[in-house]
Amino acid sequence: MSRVAVRCVGLTKAFGAVTAVDQLDLTVEQGQILALLGPSGCGKTTALRLVAGFEAPDAGIVEIGGRMVAGPNTLLAPEKRNVGMVFQEYALFPHLNVVDNIAYGLPRQPGRSDCVAEVMVLASLEGLEKRMPHQLSGGQQQRVALARALAPKPEVLLLDEPFSNLDAVLRTQMRQETRDILKASGATAIFVTHSREEAMVMGDVLAVMDRGRWEQVDAPERIFHAPATRFVATFMGIADFLPARLDNGALLTELGSAVAPEGLTAETRAEVMVRPDDVTIRPDESGSGVILERTFQGSFYLYRVALPSGNVVHCLEPHTEEHAVGLRVDVRFNGSHPPLCFVDGRRLGLDHNGARS
Amino acid sequence: MVVARAARARSLRPPAVVWVPAALVATGMLLPLAYLVLRTLGVGAEVWDLLFRSRTLDILIRSALLVVAVTGASVAIAVPLAWLTVRTDLPWRGSWAIITVLPLVIPSYVGGLVAVVALGPRGVLQGWLAPLGVERLPEIFGFPGAMLTLTLLSYPYVLLPVRTALARLDPTLEETSQSLGKGTGTTFFRVSLPLLRPAIAAGALLVALYTLSDFGAVSLLHYETFTWAIYIQYGYFARDLAAALSLVLVVLALGMLIAETRTRGRSRYYRSTTGGARSPTLVRLGRWRWPALAFCAIVVLLSLVMPVSVLSYWVARGVSAGEPLLLLWGHARNSLYVSGLAAVVAVLAALPIAILTVRYPGRISGLLERLSYVGFALPGIVVALALVFFGVRYATPLYQTLGLLVFACVVLFLPTAVGAARTSLLQVNPKLEEAARSLGRTPLQVLATITLPLVRPGILAGTALVFLLTMKELPATLILSPIGFKTLATSIWGATEDGFFAQAAAPALLLILASSVPMTFLVQRGRREA
Repeated sequence: MSRVAVRCVGLTKAFGAVTAVDQLDLTVEQGQILALLGPSGCGKTTALRLVAGFEAPDAGIVEIGGRMVAGPNTLLAPEKRNVGMVFQEYALFPHLNVVDNIAYGLPRQPGRSDCVAEVMVLASLEGLEKRMPHQLSGGQQQRVALARALAPKPEVLLLDEPFSNLDAVLRTQMRQETRDILKASGATAIFVTHSREEAMVMGDVLAVMDRGRWEQVDAPERIFHAPATRFVATFMGIADFLPARLDNGALLTELGSAVAPEGLTAETRAEVMVRPDDVTIRPDESGSGVILERTFQGSFYLYRVALPSGNVVHCLEPHTEEHAVGLRVDVRFNGSHPPLCFVDGRRLGLDHNGARS
Repeated sequence: MVVARAARARSLRPPAVVWVPAALVATGMLLPLAYLVLRTLGVGAEVWDLLFRSRTLDILIRSALLVVAVTGASVAIAVPLAWLTVRTDLPWRGSWAIITVLPLVIPSYVGGLVAVVALGPRGVLQGWLAPLGVERLPEIFGFPGAMLTLTLLSYPYVLLPVRTALARLDPTLEETSQSLGKGTGTTFFRVSLPLLRPAIAAGALLVALYTLSDFGAVSLLHYETFTWAIYIQYGYFARDLAAALSLVLVVLALGMLIAETRTRGRSRYYRSTTGGARSPTLVRLGRWRWPALAFCAIVVLLSLVMPVSVLSYWVARGVSAGEPLLLLWGHARNSLYVSGLAAVVAVLAALPIAILTVRYPGRISGLLERLSYVGFALPGIVVALALVFFGVRYATPLYQTLGLLVFACVVLFLPTAVGAARTSLLQVNPKLEEAARSLGRTPLQVLATITLPLVRPGILAGTALVFLLTMKELPATLILSPIGFKTLATSIWGATEDGFFAQAAAPALLLILASSVPMTFLVQRGRREA
């Protein structure tokens, strides 16, 4: 079993009447990259700043490397926590060159310059030693910020939306580079993002947050394919929800029947999650659906289809399947996997700890 | 979440190295005012009688009239000047930009002296016009002279903030207006001017406070305002009345200060984007450039060329008549010494307050900030009188020492120093300090290695400003200087009071020259920033 790098229990922080972080529990193992994902204002940055020590929690504890840094009667200053921080705007010291920026966090003792040289190689910054921050490109600034935070070998690296100042192409490239650098240095990291692609590319574990609470903490694949709540399902991609009921042991929806999951009774008001790739349409004059809208997405067309009940489902078709808006179509599950069933916004058949590990 | 972000900075407590000195400084600022209040209360109900008998209402109306007229005229001169020098293709734009700020180095008593010598009866202008049969010029003494002199000396207080605001105005806002079919004029009045309003208001407040607290020009031009009345009463040893009048003056100034703060919104100044803002395209003046040039030339001629040439003429005449200039160097050295001391002390005192208010906003730091601004509302003569009263009664060892004079100047000019430090601190992204903390440095180390190096230009500017203001300061120097300690300011005043205008010319010119050094530094810096 690997060592725990960061542990938070019951972490709570309110600003006036707004509870930004609400009884959050969190465990990050050494060497793990945790992606903290959620919409703007969900409290993810506050959570990060509570770990860093730039905010004082109202309740709960924070442990870093097995040492309590915030808790009842304990509040360690940021500089005593052994954390590294990478900010959205990089926060490179404008009056120091690259080497001096990176060396800033290192104690004045022999071996300092070796350590700087080592992280410079790790972050592919060779040759830029004497440059000033304003002479660097966006990607280089980002790597310097990363190298500076890594140099003192912190217990955990905290990254606050580190890629949002980069353009789309560079962002994709930097995600991979950053992940490689983090993995090569064996660092533990928590990084905050509102982009689900970024979270899925970067994170070993994803924690999806809404209104100060966890919705789900899980592996990226599980978050996408087995969302614990309706919120996670819609946040991770287009998802429609159709009412479903139990009929003779089968789950009956407007799009036909499917295998019923366990634990469903005839009285339960359930909903079935439908992703655009779960549905196929085919032109049929007697079909039940009508195409409302067609969006061109390169290799695919995304259709919005109205069902007789008034519910709308999205459907992804290859670009060869070009249908006109207003066309009557037959809509079906493509049946590649059993549909997920939600009751009261939570997925059915979820073990109790699934949403709050 | 908006609430949460606004409150974010508030959650960590300021370290003791910041708040203890800040609290001490703020308390020190209160000392003169508190003593003045106690002194006036000590007089008892008789105060009302004193104020009623001494034509206070008359003085009040005269002061208010002068403040309104000078402020209005300054705005009317400064806003067009700012626009011409920042946003148009005015010929020699860069030179005009520097020259139009320079009147700031001329003290009001020198301005007043020049007005009397040049435009007064039997003055230079009348001398020139005499062959044409002009026997009398329009009366310069009283309101016209005071207004003209003070306007020409104080319009740069509006010009500077408006120019900065114009240079920082996002050009896309004006371009949007133009793309919506509005011409240059409509765009200026409907988009640019409303955006400039905070800058104009801030500058107008400075001019109004400057006028209200001016002592030199109104005395020389015989226009009786509060400051002059206070000085006269002090001279007659009517100290109860002097204290009461001072308090009325302070209340007036505080009222203006509060009114301006109320109208000002709060905004974030520091920039988080890495790219610099695009500069706007310049408006082509075409044939309008001739009237524009004439306007700039007249302003500069009256506010700068006239004083300097009149003074040079008197000095040249004096030298050719064999008058000695030697004594001046001692006075100049004293001026530089006091100004340097005041500048350093003021900036050191300003730093903790600026850090506290910028990085740890909250109720207490807001209060400390407002206390540090008390100096804005305290005219030099009021601070000086309060400290004389205080020194005579409670701090006899300090009375008649340089310490008291330096303290008075720090009280007077701390707001300037705090303002300069605040502005540059606001431009330092707090994330830089957080990054340094997360790299294992203590708050004090972060201050020394990150914050101070980054705000150094702003602190230097603050030092230069306080230096300049102390060089020019008259009433405090006059009243608080130890016996026998003469500065350029007091020697100018002494000479003019005795009617020896020629003897005042040399120290005045020297004072202007010495003030030009920090001024040039400030102007250069301002241009680099814009």
